[in-house]
Parts: sequence; structure tokens; C-alpha cells
Amino acid sequence: MTIKKLAELYRKKKVSAVESVTGFYERIKEKDGSIHAFLSLNETEALFQARNVDRRIAAGEDLPVLAGIPLAIKDNICQEGTKTTCASRILETFTSPYDATVIKRLRENNAVFLGKTNLDEFAFGSSTENSAFGTTRNPANQDYVPGGSSGGSAAAVAADFACASLGSDTGGSIRQPASFCGVVGLKPTYGRVSRYGLVAFASSLDQIGPFAGTVEDAAIILKEIAGFDPADSTCAEVAVPDYPALLSGPVSGLKVGLPREYFGKGLESDVAGKIDEAIKTAKKLGVEIKEISLPHTTYAIATYYILATAEASTNLARFDGVRYGRRKTGSRTMRQLYEESREEGFGREAKRRIILGTFVLSSGYYEAYYRKAQKVRTLIRRDFEAAFKEVDLILTPTSPTPPFKIGEKVVDPLQMYLSDIFTVSANLAGIPGLSLPAGIVRDNLPVGLQILGPAFAEERVLCLAHHLEKELNLSF
Amino acid sequence: MEEEKIRYLAHLARIQLSAEEVRSLNCDLSQLLDYVGQLKSLATEEVEPTNAVLPAYNRFRKDEITLSLPVEKALANAPDKMGDFFRVPRVITERKTNE
Repeated sequence: MTIKKLAELYRKKKVSAVESVTGFYERIKEKDGSIHAFLSLNETEALFQARNVDRRIAAGEDLPVLAGIPLAIKDNICQEGTKTTCASRILETFTSPYDATVIKRLRENNAVFLGKTNLDEFAFGSSTENSAFGTTRNPANQDYVPGGSSGGSAAAVAADFACASLGSDTGGSIRQPASFCGVVGLKPTYGRVSRYGLVAFASSLDQIGPFAGTVEDAAIILKEIAGFDPADSTCAEVAVPDYPALLSGPVSGLKVGLPREYFGKGLESDVAGKIDEAIKTAKKLGVEIKEISLPHTTYAIATYYILATAEASTNLARFDGVRYGRRKTGSRTMRQLYEESREEGFGREAKRRIILGTFVLSSGYYEAYYRKAQKVRTLIRRDFEAAFKEVDLILTPTSPTPPFKIGEKVVDPLQMYLSDIFTVSANLAGIPGLSLPAGIVRDNLPVGLQILGPAFAEERVLCLAHHLEKELNLSF
Repeated sequence: MEEEKIRYLAHLARIQLSAEEVRSLNCDLSQLLDYVGQLKSLATEEVEPTNAVLPAYNRFRKDEITLSLPVEKALANAPDKMGDFFRVPRVITERKTNE
């Protein structure tokens, strides 16, 4: 069910918000036992929100577009009064004392929050298998992962458990699961959306964005959550365009680049086939296709894992068992309290990243690893700056492969990291990226097309995505 | 890398690791450091590091009093508290005379 359709049903009084929300919960209770998109449900408050919307519709009030629309929220975003666990034992009992800015803005729109969705612990992963509370299964084929880290939010939209959802993307955590689950996922420009109330993973890379069934719905959500926030000093003071209104703008004559580094070895032929079809469709729309080069692509994963783990090890220092979160009982000294609470609370991947991040920042290695990666980050940014002088947008596959099987990569951290190879560069460069469903391959597995744009050009990315979506006729 | 190094990093990060975790992290880290070592082949002497992708500048807020998180909300998630404070194991100990 799209936001657009449901909002229309409400306005025509064909269905009430309470009926719709109740229906979503029924579907979740029937089917989420096997998919496990949600970590917690928020039924009492959601129905209260829905009743409020119905009352106002009955009173003839003119309501915002998201009024009564059921949404799912990744469990690393604070929503006052709900648990925010980050899928980690260390935050198992943590209740958000305030709303993240994105939640506050959606609340002002009278949106309904159904529940909090599963993720890799602290968003560390690409499959949702690193959750301390069990893995999420891909609704398209339950033997496969939904991608990650926002696997629960992607699966919730794919399984029609919510009209749309929020995720966070540090190295591909919105786009890759959107690709794997066959939904639309958008990582906005760094600074487009406030990060206040998002539990920080890598503060120079993190960005909140929407998952939706259609490009139009993603545009609707983005418009409501974007914009300056005094509570986040990295949030940009850049005007927010009317994204939904700009979707039908012209695409004929747009110059679109295909970076040759993304179409080489490692790209599975099934995926390449679907991307080729999308490229042909773009040509049919009058888009001019041009081969380009992003020469430092091959260094992106190494750069990303140095910077992201360094920032993560620093951000995770706050989980010390003192002010919130898990505390080991019986620790006799402060030192033991820190060390033992953290040992108990963090899972394997979190420990791996804390140790790697501590290493690259430690005396004697800082220059060779951390500083070096910051410099290569500059080279990667310059690649994009140069490319966007030649083209308006860039098209790539979102992931080199369709979804992989549950358990397939969990034992090999490097193989897992490499599954983000096409998505991490956008975070390093701070530019927006969207994953659009591009078709289905063997075993009913979805494939995603990634559209990258220059900083703060989301409307251009969304516009091409919207036109391609109509032609490809794949979204629901 | 040696296991001793992993234990030292764990000490810096204030995290206790089991012997098994030290062993497996040592393997993982050696593999990951081999991989990220590929950056060494790039010449970057003349390249400025990127700290932030947006131009950073100082923003002053208006000098106005606004509400902050009330004490009881800030303490609601505390694993241990006493009055308006977080409670932790004793930090200051009495000096022994012979030290």
C-alpha cells in the first residue's frame, strides 16, 4: 500500500486510520514470526495516534500528507518512550528519553509509528545477521538475507508491514537492503537530514533516509524529514525543494555516466543483465549515456573500513555502563565496570570494529592508516567532482550480486565488507544515492539500480528514478 | 600482529576479551590490515585530508534559555543511581601509609 493511495482512501473516508493500522498489525502478527522485521511493536500509542487522525478527519480538518500513515523505524533512531536497542545487548533495556528530529517532524505530520525494526548491531553489517536479537529474513525468499544494516526496515516495506520506513546509511545500509528486498531506498546528501537522535556509528558518514514502495513515497518522506536543525551542527542550511512536485520534470537530455569501474569483474551476469535493461530504458527516455571513470573506486572499501571503524570505536566509548545501558553487576572498580560491561554488552562484530578502530587511531599507526584514509577520501571525492562536471547523474548496480544466503558470509568479515563495494563511495563523498528495483532474477531475488547525484541534487536523482520506475513498471 | 597487541588495544578501548576472542580477533585483524594496506600504494603527499564533506563553520545560537532534558528523564535509564546522581563503584581510595 503506497502513502499516496492510503492518504486518498482516508480523505474519501473509504477506510479509517484505525482500521488501516489494525490491518497492518494483523498482517505483522500473522507473518513477522518468520520474517522478523520488527524488534518491538508500539500498538497502544499507534492506535492512539490513528484515533486522533480519524477524529480530525471527521471534524473536517485539512491534514498533512502523512497523517495516519503507518511507518516503521529502524531501532537506532530515538522515539520517545520506545526502546531503542540498536539490536545490541548493551542497550537491551534502553528507553529513548526524547524524539529524534526526524521523528519529531513525522509526528508533527501525524504519522503513525508501528514499531522499531531490526538491524545489524549498531548498524555494523550488510545482512542483519549481526543483530543480537536474531536475523531478519528476506520477504522475497526467506532463505536469503534482506541486506543490511537496515534489513528490518527494508523487509517491513517489502512485506507490506508498513507504507514506508526509516533507515540509516553509513556505507550502504539503506541502498543495499533496498536492492536486496526490491524496494526504493534513498540515502540523502550528508547534512540534508538531521542526525539528532540517531545513535551515532560514524558521524562523518551517517545519514537517515526513507524506504518506500515507490519513488514518489520516498520523495514525500524526504521532504518532511529534510532541512536545517539547530540540534545537529552538521545539518546544512540549504532550502528543501518540493521533491514530490518535481518528480515529473523532464529527463530527456540528461547526461548520465556509467563508471567503468562498476561494470568489471565481480559483477554477476544476472545483475549486469538487469542493469543493461535499465540503461536501455533510460536511453528510450532520451537520456544521454556516457562512459566515465571513477579511478579510485578500488580503494573505497579500504578507506571506508579505516574511517568507519575509527569513528565507531570513538562513538562507542559512550557505552560504559554508567549512565544508561547494560552494567555488569558486581564490578568492584570503575575500570572493571567499564571493561566487563562492554565485554558482556557488545557482540562479535562490534568488538572487531572497536579493536580495528582503536588500532588505526593508536599512536604509531594513526598517520599510516587513519590519516592516509582521510587523504584517499579526498581523492574519491575529487573523482566524483570531476565526473559531475561531465554528467548530471551516475548509474551503477547497487550491489554486485543479488541477495546472498543466510549464513553464507557471516564467517568471513572481509567478504561481508566487500558486499558494500558499490555503495560506500557515496558516503565517503557525501553525495545522495538511491536504489531502485530493477527486476527479479533466479529464485525470485530482487536486483537494484543505483542512481548517484551531486550533493543536494536529490530532486534530480528522484526525478530520473521516477521516470525509470514508470517505464520499468516494477514497483508496487 | 601479536596477541599481546590485541590485549593492549582492548585495554585502550576499555573492553575485556576472552582468550578465544583475542585469538580470533588477531586472525581477523591481520586479514583486514592486509586488505586496507593497499592504500599504501597511492601517492598522497600532496593531498589534503578530508575531515568533513561539508564546509564547516562556527554557528552561534541565540543566547536564549531553552529547556534541557529534566534530571529524572536523564536518570531514567541509569543502571544505578542515588538521589540526582549516577552511582558507580568507589573511585577514590584511602592512601596506604607504606606506599
